[in-house]
Amino acid sequence: MKTNIILAGVGGQGILTIAAVLDTAALASDFNIKQSEVHGMSQRGGAVQSHVRISDKEIYSDLIPKGKADMIISVEPMELLRYLPYLKKGGLLVTDANPFVNITNYPELENLYAEIKSHQNTILVDAKKIAKDLGNSKATNIVLLGAAASQLPLSDESLKNAIQTLFQRKGERVVNKNLDAYNKGKEIAIATI
Amino acid sequence: MKKLLLGNEALAQGAIDAGISGVYAYPGTPSTEITEYIQKSKLAEELNIHSQWSVNEKTAMEAALGMSYAGKRSMTVMKHVGLNVAADVFMNMSVSGINGGLVVVVADDPSMHSSQNEQDSRYYGRFAMIPILEPSTQQECYEITKYAFDLSENMGLPIMIRLVTRLSHSRAGIKTGDRIEQNKIKLPTNQTQFQLIPMHARGRYQHLVDIQGDNRESSEKSPFNTFFKGDDTSMGIIASGIAYNYLMENYEDGECPYPILKISQYPLPKTRIKNLFDNCDKILVLEDGYPFIEEIISDFLGENRAVIGRLSGHVNRVGELNPDSIKKALGFEVEITESIPEVVSGRPPELCVGCAHRDLFDAVNVLGKENSDQKVFGDIGCYALGVLDPFASIDTLIDMGASITMAKGAADAGIHPAIAIIGDSTFTHSGMTGLLEAVIEDTPITVIISDNSAIAMTGAQDSAASGRIVDICKGIGVAEDHLILITPLHKNLQNNIFLIRNEINHPGVSVIIAQRPCVQLPKEKKDLLRKIKSVSLN
Repeated sequence: MKTNIILAGVGGQGILTIAAVLDTAALASDFNIKQSEVHGMSQRGGAVQSHVRISDKEIYSDLIPKGKADMIISVEPMELLRYLPYLKKGGLLVTDANPFVNITNYPELENLYAEIKSHQNTILVDAKKIAKDLGNSKATNIVLLGAAASQLPLSDESLKNAIQTLFQRKGERVVNKNLDAYNKGKEIAIATI
Repeated sequence: MKKLLLGNEALAQGAIDAGISGVYAYPGTPSTEITEYIQKSKLAEELNIHSQWSVNEKTAMEAALGMSYAGKRSMTVMKHVGLNVAADVFMNMSVSGINGGLVVVVADDPSMHSSQNEQDSRYYGRFAMIPILEPSTQQECYEITKYAFDLSENMGLPIMIRLVTRLSHSRAGIKTGDRIEQNKIKLPTNQTQFQLIPMHARGRYQHLVDIQGDNRESSEKSPFNTFFKGDDTSMGIIASGIAYNYLMENYEDGECPYPILKISQYPLPKTRIKNLFDNCDKILVLEDGYPFIEEIISDFLGENRAVIGRLSGHVNRVGELNPDSIKKALGFEVEITESIPEVVSGRPPELCVGCAHRDLFDAVNVLGKENSDQKVFGDIGCYALGVLDPFASIDTLIDMGASITMAKGAADAGIHPAIAIIGDSTFTHSGMTGLLEAVIEDTPITVIISDNSAIAMTGAQDSAASGRIVDICKGIGVAEDHLILITPLHKNLQNNIFLIRNEINHPGVSVIIAQRPCVQLPKEKKDLLRKIKSVSLN
């Protein structure tokens, strides 16, 4: 088993929270993991990505080869498309629908959505609104993680435990909100696919 | 259970477990998290391991050498261009040698993700004639660091560990081992070892030359230089550091048909390379960075070349390697994958919303429109983003501290207005000496210190300049009439333009301190800053 995941977003949007949940769950499940991330200049509002690789065998490269990503999870619709060269044929695309506009030449949303929908295996969702309705707009990431969960090599229990571990420092309320976000994400994925 | 650590963090844990008594460093991507890990480590705190930031890489390395002189183990950490700043002590401490184990960690940045160049630090290691270690994995980062300190004390030499961005900033599960106790103070037995006057230095240098064979012998036997058998001897592969990972990625379950020599310790193990040469038709060298190994083992005239790699053009010469870029050299077809849709725009980094540098650039740009002769000399930090639109305020950007000195040289040549823009931490890192030069000649330049009270680009670390800039400028001799404080806020724009214009028109050195804390500073730090002696001209 080997699963390659690309996480995408804009510096400051917190894609590393998703990475941390995946890492923690994979490690607890005794899998090997490699997860690269971006520090430094690009973090200042630039495009950032993280390559997450989970396997029961040895993982060599810290970077995913082109055409080998099983899925791309993005917290921003345009950033999703930037990493398409990495997606394997028929791979899964999961993204929040809300644009992060900090450039003057940001494309028309309709064109972006049309491009995303032209791919067969896509979950395009207003995760921000879902998180907000649950009372924690910061949990947008976890909604998206929930939406991708059924395609991950990690058990539901291990992912929930990882959420528990990572958020327990912030109290039970925050843990529960994030678990709600995760469950809601899962529901949406079932409705979409 | 394994610990989930970045390559940088695994290395830092290795250093703690190797019994270091101090780490000395200046922040710089991709090296920063090594020192931060030790700063945040409860164990390191209990063990009283020094970890406070240094003012620059040179002071850091010298302090590490001082700790080594006292017999304790020390580590100094920097990004590749930081080693340029520390090159003076670096080149001389291989001549003096060390006492307590000393490890120099340098993180290179192939592809220049956050740097001005992609220089390869292995050349520095070879220049100083010391062993270099180059881990491939996070687990190796941990183990090789412990090994490095033993090697340092066995050889009596500083040891370089070379990292690259992709290893520094990638996580994996790490198994840690036992911790060694710190050394006690134990002064050098040889009184003249650290006294590099020529008569002693000659002897030390002769000694350095004499032990080169031992260095190579250590590489021949190194547990980190590994040979993997392969039946297809039409090609042998030498892969160093992270390039080994990219090589193996191209084979299902790592089953490469070619013989491989994985290099993680230098100087190069000549006998082992000779064996590979004798048994293979040609050699492919895979290395991230410059073609360092390829250059050493290639035939100089290139007439009997049996070595291919980045130098020969079989692998891309510039930019970092990845699993795809080496495919062709391995004889694989490069598959065509989906391309980035046209609808996607570039998204370069930008200054944060509310950042003080923005308001400073607004003022400087108005003045630039008033006088098209104006040239702005920039420096290293977040404000380097002022090179890009929408500001496009900065004409030059070269290295730490170059803003003031280049403005001076340009002013000497007749450029006016010549404005230098430098951050607070960059000013104390490398700007103060240049300002002294300008003061001595009263050169007509306008130096703007954009003081956000942080080393912002690398994550808002403490700046050595906080609360001290006014006193430093006065001490250097800047005339008080031409030492001006401004607050870069939109509501002050007109007044700030007026104040900067006045100083541009002053026919001598002026310093304008544009002061407003970084918006990324956590609340604790903002509170702490308030406690620091208030910064005012009176």
